[in-house]
Formats: sequence, structure tokens, C-alpha cells
Amino acid sequence: MAELRTETMTVNMGPQHPSTHGVLRLVLELDGEVIRSLRPTIGYLHTGIEKTAEQKKWQQVVPLVERMDYLGAQSNSLAYALSVEKLLGLEMPQRVRDIRVLIAELQRIASHLIWLGTHALEIGAVSMLFYAIRERELIMNINELVAGFRFFPSYFRIGGLREDLPRGFHEAVNAFLDRFPAKIDEFEGLLSKNDIFMRRTQGVGVVSADAALAWGLVGPIARASGVDYDVRKYFPYSGYETYDFEVPTEREGDVYARYRVRMRELRESVTICRQAITRIPSTGAWACDDPRVVPPPKDKVYTEMEALIQHFLIYSQGFTVPAGDAYVPVEGPRGEHGVYVVSDGTNRPWRIKMRAPSLLAIQALPTLVDAGLIADVVAVIGSTDVVMGDCDR
Amino acid sequence: MPQTDAHLSAFASLRRDLAGAEGAGGHGLDPELPLITTTVEKIVQWARRSAIWPVQFGLACCAIEMMATVASRYDLARFGAEVFRGSPRQSDLMIVAGRLSRKMAPAMRRVYDQMPEPKWVISMGACASIGGVFDNYAIVQGVDQVVPVDVYVPGCPPRPESLIYGIVQLQQKIARSRA
Repeated sequence: MAELRTETMTVNMGPQHPSTHGVLRLVLELDGEVIRSLRPTIGYLHTGIEKTAEQKKWQQVVPLVERMDYLGAQSNSLAYALSVEKLLGLEMPQRVRDIRVLIAELQRIASHLIWLGTHALEIGAVSMLFYAIRERELIMNINELVAGFRFFPSYFRIGGLREDLPRGFHEAVNAFLDRFPAKIDEFEGLLSKNDIFMRRTQGVGVVSADAALAWGLVGPIARASGVDYDVRKYFPYSGYETYDFEVPTEREGDVYARYRVRMRELRESVTICRQAITRIPSTGAWACDDPRVVPPPKDKVYTEMEALIQHFLIYSQGFTVPAGDAYVPVEGPRGEHGVYVVSDGTNRPWRIKMRAPSLLAIQALPTLVDAGLIADVVAVIGSTDVVMGDCDR
Repeated sequence: MPQTDAHLSAFASLRRDLAGAEGAGGHGLDPELPLITTTVEKIVQWARRSAIWPVQFGLACCAIEMMATVASRYDLARFGAEVFRGSPRQSDLMIVAGRLSRKMAPAMRRVYDQMPEPKWVISMGACASIGGVFDNYAIVQGVDQVVPVDVYVPGCPPRPESLIYGIVQLQQKIARSRA
């Protein structure tokens, strides 16, 4: 009898695919149901943001960086503002630092809710999307309250914040924080002991602690493998060292462990938000008092010549930043998110470069999937929580 | 045959929707009669606009607002356009949600070509409509260079209400056009 001839099949997944979180393209080589190789192809959302930023003034770059990792928008702008402030040598007032912590943690909750909704949806728990987005809409309301914009508030500016907190801010945040922990219980009640969810996620997409570090997957993925690295603890910024919170870790390193880590991070974020909201007085400074960056108050602009000139200069020419370079990492929803800025002493950046956690997660996808089944690919992509805008920029 | 009050009111609204040139209950028919007179064209366009199936074509940030439009709070199902399909072959509306890079443009045209006729395109957001803030080498300055666009929805990203308004505009456009 003749030898049975077998061959592998190459399947193209994406860039238009409902569960690739945007426009990720994967070329899969299949041996039946088993994945022989997986090759990610990126660049379908390349936007040239880093190049465009070189033509903008320093303050104008804030909306651009928010559109990179669009789920963690205000983590991007926080990293960018901190980097430029480091070059300028600015120190923020305590109230600004606390507001920044609060908004960044709310942003983390919003990002994790989108991850939870889409990840569970792709595994088959369709209703999770509706529950998760219901809660996220409350954070969108808070964004709209502070800056008049649901999605990209551009509330963090170099030198402080865009404007002071609006009336009713504390009540809105407290109402959300009172309501949200019970909703996390509800989410976990739906998923954590769900037989289908556990079978789809446990033992799938395992990565060891060493491999996670070697691939640069610092963030929730590495913490699910037992690495306790968190920028907020190791390199505190914006006053995180004064907050009392834990860094959740798991040992298994599979998709389920990443789910557990992110769910616990939701609870830790609520803890941090509670501490922050009690520290923020309802009135006070909302920007530093450096006249190079922050325009003078309006009543002075209308009465003093120097203030008028200063106001005009800041809005027409922008401000210059001393030559040099700076890198400040922040703990974004997807891991260490940093902005490297280089200045040549003019009013525009010479170069900005993002450390994008999604890019590193995508380059590690072949390791994560490694000889898994084809059905696991979707679960693994969802568990890495990649955002193509962050990866391709 | 209509029986209850709810049936009667739904019937009256359907008769209004589908009324031919001669108005509801034309041809001298008694308006109380359970009859509708209309044209084939009107009833076909009524069916098309009442159940639009969009293709899942999320590119960037706008896709998240598109999801929010479909999900709990804004509930696009109220307008009959919530059945998002993974396959273009089952869809008749493409909502281009996000910035279209030059690398993605051929793939997008291919998805559009795979959709069966009749088909419509909504360009969602500033990037899809005119390139938005990204006037550079990487982004197609408006998806109307690649596919014909029926409705442009402005915003960066547009609010869900804006997208719903755009879909309602598209429904009115379908109702006006010939089958």
C-alpha cells in the first residue's frame, strides 16, 4: 500500500477578522487542528504618529499620543507629559499628582473592561461584552465631565492639567467606586467558575516567568507568570509610592492566570482610586506655576501687558524644551508603557519613541501559542490584550 | 388580520411607511380596511433599510465607539442595524471605523468587493473621512479614494449618538433611492 501523502495547510487569519483586535494578521501553518507555526504580520494600522509628532509643538503632541494605545489613552499622555516635564525640570503640585493617579487608574479600569468584554465574547460568553461596556460608560461619563470628551479627553497636559476639576466630580467618582466592586463580583461569578471558560483558558498559552522576561512581556502577562514587576512599585511616578496597594501575581502563566491577574488589578485600581479621591481637595492648584509652560490666569492677561505677551507666546509659538533626552515609564493597562523624547532645544520634539507593550506581546505570540490548537489562538490573542494602534503606531 | 390595539397601531404605521403616491389606503379604499397599497420598489427598500447588517470592519479607535454603539447603553438594535457579521458576504453595510493605512487599503477594497449588492458605506470618524489629524505618508486621506461613501460621520471618534444619526441618515437615503 502506498504511503499516505500528508501536507500542512497555510491559513491566513486577518487583517479583517472579528477576533484579531483590530487589524492583526497571522499566517498559520496547520497540521490538522495543530498549529505548526504562527507568523504575525503587523503594520496594517501604521499611522506615522511618531513622525507626525516631530512637526507639532510640544503641547500639540498630547492628542496624538492618546491615539496610539487608544484603550489606555491617558496612560500614554501621562507618560508623555512626565517625560517632557522631566526635561523641563518641572515639579507638579500634590493635587495634580493625585488627580493624575486617579484618572490613570480609571483609565486602567476602562481598558480592562474592554479587554474583559471582548476576550470573553471571543471565547463564547457574549453577554460579558454588554455587562462590561455598561460599566465602562460610567467612566466615559466621568471623562466627559472633566474634559467634555468621552474617549480622548487630553486632560493631562505638560505642566499639569487642562483645567480644574468640574463641580460634581467627587460625587461622580464616588458613585462609580461604590457601585463597581459589586460588578466585579458579578463578572467573576459569571466567568471564574464557568466550566466552558475554564476549559478554554486553563493550560492554554502558557509562558514561563523567564520566557516572559526574555520577550519583554512585563505587565499583566509577566505577572500572570509570577514576575512581580510593576512600574508603580519599582519606579514610582506621580506619587504612587505613597499609595497602599498590592501587585497581583499568579503562578500558572496561562490564559486563565492572565484573566485572574487583570480581575484582581481591577480591585486594586478601585483601592487606589478610593485613596486618591479622599486626598484631592475640591479646590486647589491644577497646574504648576512655571510661566514658561502654563499661561497666566485670564484676569492678568486682560490687565497686564507682560501677561498678555506671555499668553500670546505660549499659544502661538509654544514653549521650548532644553536639549536632551528623557524616558519615563508608566504602568499602562498593558504593561510598561514609556515615552522616550529627544529635544534639540526648539519648540518641537526632535524625536519621540514609544515603548509599546502590544508590539512585544505580538512578537511573543508564536511562543505563546507554540503547538497549540487552532481554537486556542483566539483565546491567546485575547489574553495578551493587544491594541494594534499601540503596536503599529 | 390585525386584531389588538397594538396590532392596529403597528399596521397604521406600516401603512404610512409604505404608502404609495396616492397616500395611505389609496385607490379609494376605506382606511379602516386591513389592506395596504404600495409599490414593489417601496416595499423592497423598506425591507432593506429596516434590517441593515453591517460588516465588522473596525480599524482603530472608532471601532471601540462602534462597539459601544452596539452594546448596552446605546443599543443599535433599536434601529435594526445591530447584526454585525464577521463575513462581508453576509453584509450590506460597511462602517469604516478608524484610520485607513496605505497597507490596509487593498484589504479593505477586497472586503468591499466581497459584499453582495446592494451595499452601502459609512465613513466613521475624521480619519476615515479626510485623514483626520494624520496628514502624512501613512494614512489614506479619506476612504472615498478607495470605496464610494454614502454617509460621512464626523468626530474623533464620533459619539455613539453621531453614528446612530449617520445610520438613520443612511436609512432615509435608502428609502429615497430606487430599488
